[in-house]
Amino acid sequence: MSTSVARARWIGFQTIILREFGRILRIWGQTIVPSAVTAALYFVIFGTLIGRRIGQMDGVDYMQYIAPGLIMMAVITNAYANVSSSFFGAKFQRFLEEISVSPMPDWLVVLGYVAGGVLRGLLVGLAVTIISLVFTHLPVHHVLVILAAVLLTAVVFSLAGFINGVFAKNFDQVNWIPTFILTPLTYFGGVFYSINLLPPWAQSLSHANPVLHMVNAFRYGFLGRSDVDVLLAFAIMLGAAVILFGVALTLMRRGTGLRD
Amino acid sequence: MQALEVRNLVKQYRNGVQALKGIDLNVAQGDFFALLGPNGAGKSTLIGICTSLVNKTSGSLKVFGHDLDTELEAAKACIGVVPQELNLNQFETCETIVVNQAGFYGIPRRLAHERAEKYLSQLSLWDKRHKMARTLSGGMKRRLMIARALMHEPRLLILDEPTAGVDIEIRRSMWDFLRELNQGGTTIILTTHYLEEAETLCRNIAIIDRGRIAEADRMDRLLLKLHTESFVLSVRAPLAAAPTVAGYEVRWLDPHTLEVEISKTQTLNEVFSQLTASGIEVVSMRNKVNRLEEIFMRLVDKSGSPA
Repeated sequence: MSTSVARARWIGFQTIILREFGRILRIWGQTIVPSAVTAALYFVIFGTLIGRRIGQMDGVDYMQYIAPGLIMMAVITNAYANVSSSFFGAKFQRFLEEISVSPMPDWLVVLGYVAGGVLRGLLVGLAVTIISLVFTHLPVHHVLVILAAVLLTAVVFSLAGFINGVFAKNFDQVNWIPTFILTPLTYFGGVFYSINLLPPWAQSLSHANPVLHMVNAFRYGFLGRSDVDVLLAFAIMLGAAVILFGVALTLMRRGTGLRD
Repeated sequence: MQALEVRNLVKQYRNGVQALKGIDLNVAQGDFFALLGPNGAGKSTLIGICTSLVNKTSGSLKVFGHDLDTELEAAKACIGVVPQELNLNQFETCETIVVNQAGFYGIPRRLAHERAEKYLSQLSLWDKRHKMARTLSGGMKRRLMIARALMHEPRLLILDEPTAGVDIEIRRSMWDFLRELNQGGTTIILTTHYLEEAETLCRNIAIIDRGRIAEADRMDRLLLKLHTESFVLSVRAPLAAAPTVAGYEVRWLDPHTLEVEISKTQTLNEVFSQLTASGIEVVSMRNKVNRLEEIFMRLVDKSGSPA
């Protein structure tokens, strides 16, 4: 690949990210604020009011215990929602054709949209982190684990959102997966409790939930505690990212949902 | 070099409709080429395949020698497209839309801003650069799509009905702009329902009907193929019936209007002489239909398709 082609691709990639960033800022009331407000409410209700009665979870203050989970929940939902709605919106209004007719290769288009999702996930994650610091203290056990876990999780759910956006034929279909799959997976993914509280069969079932591994790897980075093997969690995240990227790329190359 | 070479191009949609039935087409570099056809003839499918928005079923397509199957990115870099349907991000400003489009083609941001000023100014949109696309009128949106398509300065510009719904004044200014662009070396393929537009602007033409090329020729040669023309004459004094003009078919339309059909071997002078001899004064005359329209209708009628 010549330098000029690489440079052109880099500019194209940057352009998608800039456009996504512009969109995130333009509709900040929909993209940034809701998750921050929801997180604040969780801290007030589950942390301050109910958490006081719970006391400790897995050896740490309950508020401190749920903070990494709430941050990760915001990252997951926002990374997913950003890509699914932005890609579907571009498809629906047909301005995705601006990119489709350009010489940008399919893999770069996927990466550009995923980068947009990761950006929003991290921005909202940062906002929720700041809010959590108002309510509790968050120690840092292993900063690289924190960064790797949040980045990989954002990538995985951005890719999942991309695939949703490709298949969606209307706005209802953009919302189905978050409502009926993502939210239950997140709530049962160890955000609010340790799975050690569950009966053995429920613990086994919980291990099949990828969100449990993501949340716990992230929590391990802060608190040094996890319900799962952190290495296995990273293997799952990496595996999911590779598989989902392959699926997204195949769909783009076939033109599924885009070209007849 | 050919700007576009299409060989045996076939497109069959999943619902079984065969939109293109083995199209062969050449568009020379620097040409201003008209692609005409009735609705559903396959024009937009052909353009869709050229711009990679539609998958072909079989056949080959080259853009400035770059095969779409093997050199897709190089082929795409040569093409700028103005689609028939509006496909603007309604919530972005005009300047953002065109600058982003340049970015997708790898144009550095500084150069993109310079070109944005150039093309938005040329299309009388520079003062609207901070306006969101949704606030523009239909004609402005069309011009914005042209500016967007030009941001990477394509060698081949494909315009799918660019002046649809645009008022006559803006349409004429767009014609001037496109002519200048073509004179500057850009090859242009134009589809339009305004046949006057094609006749005025284009040097070569292909008429596509029901997935096949019904005719492909130079515009002047195609117009010569029209063997008869009909003229509408307005007469000063009212007539109760069509006058007799030896050797010509004259139809009475109303007391002040006659229609006369002239073949290539006949002359209007003869008609006027005979009418004058009969004491009939002609005050004005016009072509019954545009010449290209006449040919178009005949070609399309011949193949039995609705116009």
